[in-house]
Amino acid sequence: MSDLKYVLEAADITKTFPGVKALDKVSLRVRPGTVHALMGENGAGKSTLMKCIYGIYSPDEGSIRVNGDEVQIHNPRMAMDLGISMIHQELHPVRPQTAAENIFLGRIPYKKAAGIRWVDKDRLVNESQKVFDRLGLDIDPKQKVGELSTSYCQLIEIARAVSFGAKIIIMDEPTSSLTETETEILFRIIKQLKEENVAIIYISHKIDEILQISDEITIMRDGQLVGTWPAKDMTTDTIVSRMVGREMNDRFPPRTHKPSNEELFRAEGLCSPNPHSFQNVSFSVRKGEIFGIGGLVGSQRSELMEAIFGLRSIEAGKIFINGKEVHIRRPLDAVRNKMALLTEDRRKTGNIGPASIADNTLVVEQNVNPGRYRKKGLPFIDYAKRNQDAQKYVDKLSVKTPSLKTQIQTLSGGNQQKVLLGRWLLSEPDILILDEPTRGIDVGAKYEIYELMEEMAREGKCVVMISSEMPELMGMSDRIMVMCEGHNSGILEGNEIQEERIMLLASTYKAEETGEQK
Amino acid sequence: MNTKKISKLLVNNILYICLLLMIAAIAVASPSFLSLRVLSDVLIQSAPKILLAMGMLVVIIAGGMDMTVGRLAGLGAVLSGTFAQQATYYLKFWPSIPELPIIVPILVSFVVGLVVGCVTGIIISKLSVPAFLAGLGMQQILYGGNLLLLRKEPNSSQPLAGFKPEFTAFGTGSVFGISYLIIVAVVVMAVVFILLNMTTLGKNIYATGGNREAAKVAGINVFKIDMFVYMFSGALASLAGCMLAARTGSANASFAEGYEMDAIASCIIGGASFAGGIGNVPGAFLGVIIFSVINYGLTFVGLSSYWQYIVKGLIIVVAVALDMRKYSAKN
Repeated sequence: MSDLKYVLEAADITKTFPGVKALDKVSLRVRPGTVHALMGENGAGKSTLMKCIYGIYSPDEGSIRVNGDEVQIHNPRMAMDLGISMIHQELHPVRPQTAAENIFLGRIPYKKAAGIRWVDKDRLVNESQKVFDRLGLDIDPKQKVGELSTSYCQLIEIARAVSFGAKIIIMDEPTSSLTETETEILFRIIKQLKEENVAIIYISHKIDEILQISDEITIMRDGQLVGTWPAKDMTTDTIVSRMVGREMNDRFPPRTHKPSNEELFRAEGLCSPNPHSFQNVSFSVRKGEIFGIGGLVGSQRSELMEAIFGLRSIEAGKIFINGKEVHIRRPLDAVRNKMALLTEDRRKTGNIGPASIADNTLVVEQNVNPGRYRKKGLPFIDYAKRNQDAQKYVDKLSVKTPSLKTQIQTLSGGNQQKVLLGRWLLSEPDILILDEPTRGIDVGAKYEIYELMEEMAREGKCVVMISSEMPELMGMSDRIMVMCEGHNSGILEGNEIQEERIMLLASTYKAEETGEQK
Repeated sequence: MNTKKISKLLVNNILYICLLLMIAAIAVASPSFLSLRVLSDVLIQSAPKILLAMGMLVVIIAGGMDMTVGRLAGLGAVLSGTFAQQATYYLKFWPSIPELPIIVPILVSFVVGLVVGCVTGIIISKLSVPAFLAGLGMQQILYGGNLLLLRKEPNSSQPLAGFKPEFTAFGTGSVFGISYLIIVAVVVMAVVFILLNMTTLGKNIYATGGNREAAKVAGINVFKIDMFVYMFSGALASLAGCMLAARTGSANASFAEGYEMDAIASCIIGGASFAGGIGNVPGAFLGVIIFSVINYGLTFVGLSSYWQYIVKGLIIVVAVALDMRKYSAKN
């Protein structure tokens, strides 16, 4: 152990984004040669805090000390020079280059001759080999990274951090793409790094892992610090209860719908061809039910629903609607079976940005049912009918827009979302799948969307909602299926719906406990 | 406030202003430019390019780009030429084929255009080859094929000539004083206008170009859309080649070389967006006319034709730069 008590001290860090206080006087102190776990729900502010320390964001208030000296970190380069290295959740390896070149990206060793810096290939390969040997990784430095699996990219990224001689390594969800054996390798490396007096800040949702490898645990909630405790004093239950513990506000419309006993939708043993995605998921939704799907980032909830909608392939499993098996190979099949999917990422898969509100509203219905908007006996569009329908849904959803011709990309997020919702309501679906329906929209628009969900359920439709916002999930759903690492880890109903239980199911999946059928 | 409005008006109508200024400048230098005959000449010259631009417009709106149209027009010209030669011509290309009605060469080039468009569409949509590169490859293949075709005995790589009078009449004749070529161009523009604005297919093309992923989620078969637009553009390109051959009374492999660039430029300065989802028929038409006026007008006033390229280049850069300002002001 070094004589220094803390290698990194971040004190009273505050960071505000327009409209959101992402961090509110958060402090974090990390001892050298330890693994310091950072936990919290989605949006608790973990990543923001790390980005402040790594110089991607600059905090509004607060101070950062490295090795006892107060420092200003304006960019990642400065962080690296101070011995801080970060392994991001999303990797950006340079695939066409070799493992060695990736390790030394931006600082390739060179020999100077005739005023030109020549790449020193021998040193490049030898030094990379040394790093791999030190970490016990079986990687050929000359192999192209593109030929390696994603998990190896993760390990190379770790090797890169080590090769910098970093004293503090931040790992953001490092095991999300690793298999169990690779996770073992990672843990072995972490132990070795600890012995070399390197401090590791470890962000993960997986409670088992945290308890296994960390020395201290810091828990955050809603941008605030809950506290820091020695890991040996913590249990799964104490972690979960400290991560949640938020009061429920009255932000939801009164529950007026009543689920019937009649089943409308059933999925049986759905498996993705990708082994890291959803596997063997079964559930059913009744008429007039709001069915929530909870889980952490990476739990494959969106992938599951996209596959059900025909956007991804399904290797095995069956889908039934009204008791009849249906085969959905592409979204058009889903639409014809009266399904609708409001996707998670409005900009990427929702808005047709340059098109007008009217065109955006009509895009589904006029494709599946073109006759509805044609002039009688002619193959031409009847604009009067189109505008009438578009206006109807603009009014129904109270979209604030200057006109039907306005481009959707000029509207606010909430209004865009309402137009997209109108697009699907116009096709009169029986099964409405909403993926993060209220993400990034204001409170007023949220309430209107909740009311609409109530209305759909009252009319006897199925509403399936994926949500990462715990209050919303609990406040709106009749039943909640929680997913963990691609599996259905449990379905909660009635008074089983408690934040602690959801968090527990979301971070631990045990096949034998949930008694997976089939 | 008022100056703002005026500058906005100027920016929004920059194309019309450019065109008017150019015409005014040419007319000052040479007043006889403002005659019905010149107008007719400009339009006849533009007709094949209008077909190319209309095909390209549909592709660009769908979020793609068809780089094959120039070489395809060249192929269309040669192919239709070989079927339109006089029976008595000493270099007759297909001596064993009997006399054919004049619709045959036109139909042949149309069908070849459809087939080439189909291949291009599959390469881009199914094999996921970027549109630019797929077009680059197809260009070479089409040019090579065209050269090989022209090499056939007894022609042995000479430019084709000796067309039937009925065929050249398609290029030079007129009805009620209006050239057939202008009529074809107007019909094509009307068809594209109706397609884009009055049919659900048109709406789906805009949606696919506007956001491909969102269009997929909405149930649109984007592969079908891709195939349609490339086949449509291919057929029009080949037909344009046929028109060129009929007008000039000859055809060779380097016909319409580089016309794809003119077609793209016409669409873009006419307000179409390379990102897809935006574009309109009047804009693309105006783009073609501006280039033709430059072409014709500069020759008319006796300026070296080399200046055309410089003026054309400036117009493309300035028009698009202004267009980008229009968008950046919005966001």
